[in-house]
Formats: sequence, C-alpha cells, structure tokens
Amino acid sequence: MSEADWLAVWLTIKLAAVTTAVLLLVGTPIAWWIARTRSWLKQPVAAFVALPLVLPPTVLGFYLLLFLGPNGPGGWLTQTLALGTLPFTFAGLVIGSVIYSLPFVVQPIYNAFEAVGERPLEVAATLRASPWNRFFTVALPLARPGLLTATVLGFAHTVGEFGVVLMIGGAIPGKTKVLSVAIYDHVEALEYVHAHALSAGMVVFAFLVLLVLFMINRRWEPLR
Amino acid sequence: MSKIEVSLQTALGGFALDAVFTAPSRGITALFGPSGSGKTSVLRCVAGLVRAPRGKVCIDGECWQDESRRHFVPAHRRAIGYVFQEASLFAHLSVRDNLEYGLNRTPAKERRIEFGQAVEWLGLKALLPRGSQHLSGGERQRVAIARALLSSPRLLLLDEPLSGLDDAAKADIVPYLERLHRELSIPALYVSHAAEEVARLCDYMVLMENGAVRAHGALGAMLTRLDLPLARSDTASAVIDATVVERDDAFQLTYLEFNGGRLAAIGDTAPMGAKARFRVHARDVSVALVRPERTSAQNVLAAQIEEIAEDAPGRVVVRLRVGDTILLARITRKSASDLGLKNGMPVYAQIKSVALLR
Repeated sequence: MSEADWLAVWLTIKLAAVTTAVLLLVGTPIAWWIARTRSWLKQPVAAFVALPLVLPPTVLGFYLLLFLGPNGPGGWLTQTLALGTLPFTFAGLVIGSVIYSLPFVVQPIYNAFEAVGERPLEVAATLRASPWNRFFTVALPLARPGLLTATVLGFAHTVGEFGVVLMIGGAIPGKTKVLSVAIYDHVEALEYVHAHALSAGMVVFAFLVLLVLFMINRRWEPLR
Repeated sequence: MSKIEVSLQTALGGFALDAVFTAPSRGITALFGPSGSGKTSVLRCVAGLVRAPRGKVCIDGECWQDESRRHFVPAHRRAIGYVFQEASLFAHLSVRDNLEYGLNRTPAKERRIEFGQAVEWLGLKALLPRGSQHLSGGERQRVAIARALLSSPRLLLLDEPLSGLDDAAKADIVPYLERLHRELSIPALYVSHAAEEVARLCDYMVLMENGAVRAHGALGAMLTRLDLPLARSDTASAVIDATVVERDDAFQLTYLEFNGGRLAAIGDTAPMGAKARFRVHARDVSVALVRPERTSAQNVLAAQIEEIAEDAPGRVVVRLRVGDTILLARITRKSASDLGLKNGMPVYAQIKSVALLR
C-alpha cells in the first residue's frame, strides 16, 4: 500500500473516533429525551433523527454543503465566529458524519433506556438519589449494552460512509480523503491491486465489528 | 402530633382517588382492600412518586405535601423506604452495592440503622458478594427490605411485598417482617389484600374501596366491626394479643394471658413472657349461656354480647366483648333464637381451636 493509502486509513480511523465520541455525547441525551418524554414532539423528533436511514447520502451531503457553505446560515455562523467555512475540512466531515450516523447511535441507546423502564429510577428516587444522580448511577449503567452497541455501530458506520463525505469533503489527501473515497479513486484509475488491498481490509474489518457486536449482545442478555 | 395524616384527591385516567385518613405513626398500618381499590396509588402519592393535584401528606407534623400552600417535597428528599411488589434490585449492582445505595446517600447524622444491623436482621450475610441476578424470590425481597431500611426512613412503605412470592418464600419472609415489627420503631404503611397477612403483621387498618377510604381504626376493632365486610367474610376472625405465662410440657400446651382471661394453645415454643398474637376464626367460636362443664374445648371465656347481625341466610355473627378484646362467633340463626341472645347479655365464648400467629 502506498503512503497515500495509509494516510487515508489513518484519516478514516481519526474521523470515526471523533465522530463516535461526538455521537455518544449528542445521541445519549436525545435517546433519553425520546424514551422519557410524553410530549407530542416525541414522534416528529424520532422521525427526524431517523431520516438518514432512508435518505440517499448524497441528499444529506448536498444540503449540508449548502447549509455550511459561504452563503448558508451555518456558513454565516462559522464565518461570524471567525472559523471560516467548514465544507472541505475535517470539521465539516465530522459534522456530516455525525448527522449521517445519528440514527445508528440513538436507536440502540433508546431501546436500552426503554428496556430499563421506570421502576429502577423510582427505586433510586426512594433511596434518596436526585434526578441527575439517578441518570448516572442507574439509567446509564443499566443501558450499558445499548451504549456499547451504539459505540460499535456509530464507529463502523462512519468508517463505511461514502456519499456524504464525497459531497461535503471532496478528496483532499490527508485532510478529507477517507478510505471509501480512496478506493473509488483507485477503481477509477484502474489501480485494482490497490483497490483490492483496501477493500479486502474493509471486508475483514466489517466482519470483525459485527462479530464483536453479536458477542456484546450475547454477553449482556442476562441483564435484559 | 404523632400521627400520619393523608388526604389525597386525584383522577388518573378515569380512576378517581379520594383517600383521607389519619393513622398512628407507630407500628404497622395496613392499607387493605380489593385489587384496584387505590391502595398502591395512595402509597405512591405518600412516597412522592406521584403528585396528587389536591393533597396533604404529613408525618408527625412534618408535611411532605400540602397543596393548599403548593408545597411538594420530591421523592428523593423524603425520608421514606419503599419496598415494591417485585424486589426491583439494581441488576448492575451486587447485593452489597444494592444495600449501600441508599445508605451512602443518607447524611451521617440521619443514619439510624447500621449496615451490619440490617444484614443481621434479614439474614443476608452469605448473600452480600452475590450478584442480584442470582437470588431466589424470597432472598431478593429480603435484600429489598434491608435496602429500604438502610436509608433510615421515617416511614416505611411496603407494597404487597409478599404477593409475588410462592408459599415457601412467603413463609421464609414473614418471620423477618414480624421481627422488624417487634424490634424496630419505624412506622410502616403496608399494602395488602390478604387478610391473613394483615391480621398477622399490622396494628391499624385503613380499609379502601373504589378509590376511597371506607373506614379506618385499630386492627382488632376493624376486623370485628359488623358493618364492614371483613366480619362477614368466610374467614372472619378476631385477633388477641397475649403474653406467654406458663408451659405444660406433658400435654404440649402453652398458656397465655390477655386482659380478657387465659388461653391454652397447642405446641407453641415461644419463650416465657413473649408477646403472642392469635387469630380466632368466627367459625371456631360458639356461645353458651352457662359455663360449659365437661367440654372438649380448652378455652372458655366469660363474655358479653355487643351486637348481633345476620351475615348469610340462616347464619348470624355475634360480636363478643372479652375484657378489652373483641371476638366474633358465627352461629346459626336458630341457635341465636333458641338461646334468646340479646345485646348486652353475659355469655360464655367457647373457642374450639386457637391459631397462634406469633
């Protein structure tokens, strides 16, 4: 593999790690809110979060490009804050990836919170635990299998994305050119050996991820 | 001021709750009634898990809720211990960590029950390192009770803690509850629809029906009030609180004294001077006008008729005063008529068998 390919691998891992961290921070409160709220907004918000499941990644990428571009409201904001514009930067990739993978993180965490139910939180309340304390000492630990699943899915899904990245990031080596884009470029240039090396690596990686996922689910079954 | 005051009005999805009662803040008070009568709703409101739109909950003058001045203390700031119907242990914590959950959140100066004490009371020592997943139903409920006690509550709330258990597990737990009742000064509200449990464990009773309080009073009085359904059910019975005074090993009898006289019970091992409670079924008590001689019944007590009511076709139930204690006798209407039983008449109550509860 060429140095450029290794660069793409490294960038992909970095992007997936940062995206997963952001996703857990953003997705957990969203999942908690959807699981606990009695507001009529519950279904609309859940549907909105699930949008990336059905939309073609190019649609997401296109709107993000417009939104974050120099003439979009997001672009106006980042420029006002002296951050420049985000498309074709690593930060732009992270934002795109977070939105694209959000349902894959929110859904398992939401399911886990639902499975925990109201009772353990009520018990904790009668044992003098405040609402925040109940969340951190009861809800989160009991939702651990869901959080693990979300972490693995969020990471893997970000590694596997293509359309959003291409639309919003382009293919700047070392900056926005991730694995899937590198493979595409190799194939276009008829460099099949290089494409094989990266693609086979992806297949093995995807298999290992799913294997880990199924093992997590088995390990935690007794908790459900 | 030493009382529990509860007044709750709420409508929850077509179910109206209007429960008003006061109970002593000593001993165990039963919230008794059929399923769906609102017992658990009352308990949840007292705990602060649910806020009744109109309500007042005070214990010994300290109010946890008083909607007349929009005062509501959330559950985690109330000194309560709640034992749910299913033990609801934290699945991610060991038995020890479950027990310490409330203890660690109780300020040191409010702690009145020590870890070792609760563990000893409920026989949990061997279970401490175990995961809460690997316990039997009875063990789980014992851990839940100890966990509630360790948050040093001013009021213990028990929501049918035995109903999810099989008979063996029930028999396993009841002695622990009785011991807590005897040795612990924490008042409790005990939700149950099992008369047997209530007769055994409780001192005061709040009778609920269709979301309202039908009546409340001392256990002995409530069980024997002829205007309430309890005294008219097939298992109608009275309770006698007595003290062990003598043992007859030759005949395996224990003699007990209460303020209406002296009783003999079979095969009791309670130590001398111990308090014991009997349940005397109305169907086991008969009435005589003269003191019966040469009868097989060991227990004959001088009594006075307080009230007679027909409870089923051809049957009457007679309320008898024996000292300060009330007994019930169920006899045929014909017997009552033949003997010419009337209110205020002195008679003899003949008790066929005495069931020792504790």
